[in-house]
Amino acid sequence: MLVAQGLTKAFGGPPVVDGVSFTLARGTITGLIGPNGAGKTTLFNLIAASLGPDAGTIALDGVRIDGRRPDQVFALGLARTFQIPRPFPAMTVLENVMLAPTGQQGERFWANWLSPGAVAAEERRNRERAMHWLDFVGLAKLAGQPASVLSGGQRKLLELARVLVAEPRLILLDEPGAGVAPPLLAIIMEKIAELNARGITFLIIEHNMDLVMTLCRPVMVLAQGRLLLEGTPEEVKRDPRVVEAYLG
Amino acid sequence: MEQLAVLNYLAFFLVFAGIFAVMALGLNLQWGFTGLFNVGVAGFVAVGAYASALLTGPPDPERVGGLGLPIFAGWLGAMAASGVAALVVGVAALRLREDYLAITTFGIAVVIQLVTLNAEWLTGGPFGIQSIPKPLAGVLGTGFVWNLAYLGLVLAVLGAAWWALERLVASPWGRVLRAIREDELAAASLGKRAAAFRLQSFVIGCMLMGLAGALYAHFVGYIAPEDFLPILTFQVWAMLIVGGSGNNAGAVLGAVLVWAIWSVSGGLIRELLPAAEQARGAALQVVLIGTLIAAILVLRPRGVLGERATVSRHAGDAG
Repeated sequence: MLVAQGLTKAFGGPPVVDGVSFTLARGTITGLIGPNGAGKTTLFNLIAASLGPDAGTIALDGVRIDGRRPDQVFALGLARTFQIPRPFPAMTVLENVMLAPTGQQGERFWANWLSPGAVAAEERRNRERAMHWLDFVGLAKLAGQPASVLSGGQRKLLELARVLVAEPRLILLDEPGAGVAPPLLAIIMEKIAELNARGITFLIIEHNMDLVMTLCRPVMVLAQGRLLLEGTPEEVKRDPRVVEAYLG
Repeated sequence: MEQLAVLNYLAFFLVFAGIFAVMALGLNLQWGFTGLFNVGVAGFVAVGAYASALLTGPPDPERVGGLGLPIFAGWLGAMAASGVAALVVGVAALRLREDYLAITTFGIAVVIQLVTLNAEWLTGGPFGIQSIPKPLAGVLGTGFVWNLAYLGLVLAVLGAAWWALERLVASPWGRVLRAIREDELAAASLGKRAAAFRLQSFVIGCMLMGLAGALYAHFVGYIAPEDFLPILTFQVWAMLIVGGSGNNAGAVLGAVLVWAIWSVSGGLIRELLPAAEQARGAALQVVLIGTLIAAILVLRPRGVLGERATVSRHAGDAG
């Protein structure tokens, strides 16, 4: 589904991501682990087009997406969440989610004047979909609250609902389990598994080994910008190179 | 007679407050709803004022323009001219981060003011443009009745701008603007082409400033480069900060409040200070407004009215 080849990115020094190639198969949950500073988030930023690669290509279902803008990549069905969640704090939880669907007519300036009826109808559908996904992640009760009141774990759930409403094919999750209270973490894991069962492919950066072992097949290990190995969680756990990478 | 003079002054005062309110609404769309740090308000007001004066004024052998078009056409032309100016500036400058955008827009406003001062073939240079037509002055004269009629016109424009903006910021379009203000990177990651929305917001805000410039030109009947100094930008920003940015009612209230303080303090300085000290005394007005801004930022950082939580029309009754 996603094929990356020779991805390289440097910020003026040695490359942070160094010739990384991999393939994500449709319907999988791939884990991406590695010590701090290994280049995991930079790799995410390259895939989601927040950064342009110095070298290498990325294709989503055969369509090249490197060199495109983030909004174009999102519209092609590739969504990402952030390591530190980035809700729009002054907007309500519901509005955070209603914002996300792509190609909304009402986002065009003139449509609001020329076809207000169509915009209103679109907003009603949009609202229903948003409430559906808020309900799915268990935030429906907070729909009318500003997003600033949410806890760290709830913000992660909000980000999840926010990308789900746009119906992506592939979702990149940057540490969905970090800083999340255990009961919420269980919910997040359950939701990921359920969405995967419905056909959404995931790539997940995670340090929480419970989450990785439970959900991720396969697991890729990144160290110093290079892909060290790829395998089942058990293989990765046993591999001496992985231990060495983490302990330095 | 005395009462009529007071009423006449009140109408005069409210016309100016209304014109400032239109500018503040334009700035509020840019800063309050989109987070664009535009410190070139005076420049876009000037473009509108000169455009309308040139389109509607009588011909003048000393310079181009003076097309004698109807005043309404002048207003549309003012919006178009400042819109085009904003488009050019926006394409070049909106990629810059907040503080750099501020420096750039400030510089552009200074350049525009210098052009009005020096391009005599177009703007009349330091003498400005005189005898800008006053709408309906032939019927109503230029006394109290005309002031009152013009006040009605300004309030109608202000009302229309208010209505349109309230509708826009509560639309899906406005929702994207607010998202960009809150976190541009997150908005882009959710498929919003931030640059395009920033440009639209900037252009529409500047068109309102240009319209306000035209309203000013046709009320006073005379414009000159000294009407569009950076102090004007400072006043409009003061209005928005004092009233409450992110809130259209706040922008209008701030315009009335700051203009009242400005007018009253100007009057007091004229009354109380000897003639020799008046020029220096005028600086006290700026000090006063500066102190007011500082006080507001300490006591009510979100302005008198504060930001109202704007929610899209169709997401309003959630939860």
